[in-house]
Amino acid sequence: MNKKSFGSRLIAAPYLVWSAIFIVVPLIIMFYFALTDQNGVFTLANLASLGLYKKAFGISILYAAVATVITLLLAYPMAYFMTRLSISSQRMLFMIVMIPMWMNFLIRTYSWITILANTGLINTFLTKLGLKPLQLINTPGAVILGMVYDFIPYMILPIYSVMSKLDKSLLEAAEDLGSDSFGKLRRVILPLTKPGVISGITMVFVPSVSTFYISQKLGGNKTMLIGDAIEYLFNLGPSYYNVASALSLVLMLMILVCLFIMNRFTDDEGGGVLM
Amino acid sequence: MKLLSRLYIALIILFLYAPVAVMILFSFNASSSVWVFSGFSSRWYAGLSSNTAMLNALQHTLLIALLSAMISTVLGTAASVGIEALQKRLTNKIVMSVTQIPMMNADIVTGISLMLLFIFFGKLLGLRESLGFATVLIAHITFNLPYVILSVIPRLRQTDAHLSEAALDLGCTPPQAFFKVILPSISTGIVTGFIMAFTLSLDDFVISYFTCGYYQTLPIIIYNMTKKSVKPDTYALSTIIFVAVFVLLVLYNVLQTRSEKKHAAAVFKANEGDTVLMKGNEA
Repeated sequence: MNKKSFGSRLIAAPYLVWSAIFIVVPLIIMFYFALTDQNGVFTLANLASLGLYKKAFGISILYAAVATVITLLLAYPMAYFMTRLSISSQRMLFMIVMIPMWMNFLIRTYSWITILANTGLINTFLTKLGLKPLQLINTPGAVILGMVYDFIPYMILPIYSVMSKLDKSLLEAAEDLGSDSFGKLRRVILPLTKPGVISGITMVFVPSVSTFYISQKLGGNKTMLIGDAIEYLFNLGPSYYNVASALSLVLMLMILVCLFIMNRFTDDEGGGVLM
Repeated sequence: MKLLSRLYIALIILFLYAPVAVMILFSFNASSSVWVFSGFSSRWYAGLSSNTAMLNALQHTLLIALLSAMISTVLGTAASVGIEALQKRLTNKIVMSVTQIPMMNADIVTGISLMLLFIFFGKLLGLRESLGFATVLIAHITFNLPYVILSVIPRLRQTDAHLSEAALDLGCTPPQAFFKVILPSISTGIVTGFIMAFTLSLDDFVISYFTCGYYQTLPIIIYNMTKKSVKPDTYALSTIIFVAVFVLLVLYNVLQTRSEKKHAAAVFKANEGDTVLMKGNEA
């Protein structure tokens, strides 16, 4: 018995070595770069210079938070309505939601330029109606739209999978005990679908807050998000790797803190519901 | 209410597919603009076959996706079995936390940390160019692994542990027990893991961007194109990929539904048999 489990543990060894070299060591090297200067001498100057990027951090978090909330508000009813259809339509819709994820996200983002540009589809339509064209592209709204669009499947799908496994008899029980639709939603469906919501929020917030493509294409050069700053610095060449590493490190820690706070918050709530 | 929910679903689908429709429409544009539509033409599709940079990139992307999905599936499946066998809860917890890092971390951080690692080792080894095919492959295997592991482990947990013990009692060697008993029962998890790994790799831009050097994959080529000005040929290529994925998914879905129907029919027949037997007993 012991021999057997030793053997099975041993086959995890290649993976353990792999994850040590390619997950743990790179992060250590990033720490090292962040805390040294070009000559490898310890310094806090990189971290100290990040004050310059305060604004970029601020708008990254703001845009990502707004995009996450909008995505959640759009996705939740979608997932709910999906579960009320027949099994075969559910499966078809699941696919329909998933297919855009299989397309290159750069192209999906770029297509929005064709729609939103000053001479784009929407504004052509408006001018034909005799209305004034709107400034849509290169606005914060366009960046947030891009985030919502690119990542909404990551919100719909986890919520849907949790919701579709929801025990229908619980809803019937709630009905029998006098709940109206709103009561059912608030007291049964929402608490039980929380795990889906949490993973959805994570899967939308993390890529939104760290994106560097959406803002460049849809926000023009006016908005610099934290991802843009990191990409820009790395492209300047090896002498900027230290500052860029410091910036990445702070981004990583910031995301960790956000996730931690969210988990804490939901753990408490979960306990409350159980009690 | 029903009408309202249908309308809502339709609006979301419209939102999801509006850019896709725009892309398909403008891939047939007669002029080279992706703004103004000036008539249908398939010349961008014809032109693709002579665009060697794009075709090379497509080949690179498929090669990396296939190799990284295969390697990460094998490594990840083995790892899952090993991790499940870890009896110490603390070790298990640490390993699982490390496994989740690439999933939770922002892609840009994963990409940059790997790039720094490759450059660091490249310098140590005295390489002139430290980024290329090998580094993209390593990076893709690394970010694929957690998805494989997290789709295999739940299946392993659902598998009855007594099954492999029974196989051992009946004279199987441990590897035989694994291949004959455990592997078939976790195969759906492995296939899901493989498909996820393949598609993630196919679509990855951010991590490839920092680790590829001159080995350009399709998303990298597309990125460089959108930096200058996009012509309808990029849309044409994306349309082809879109149609290919669409057809594959529909096919997969049809096959799955059919096998499920067969399964359901078999179960139904079996149940009918049971009822007949039960009736016989009653009589």
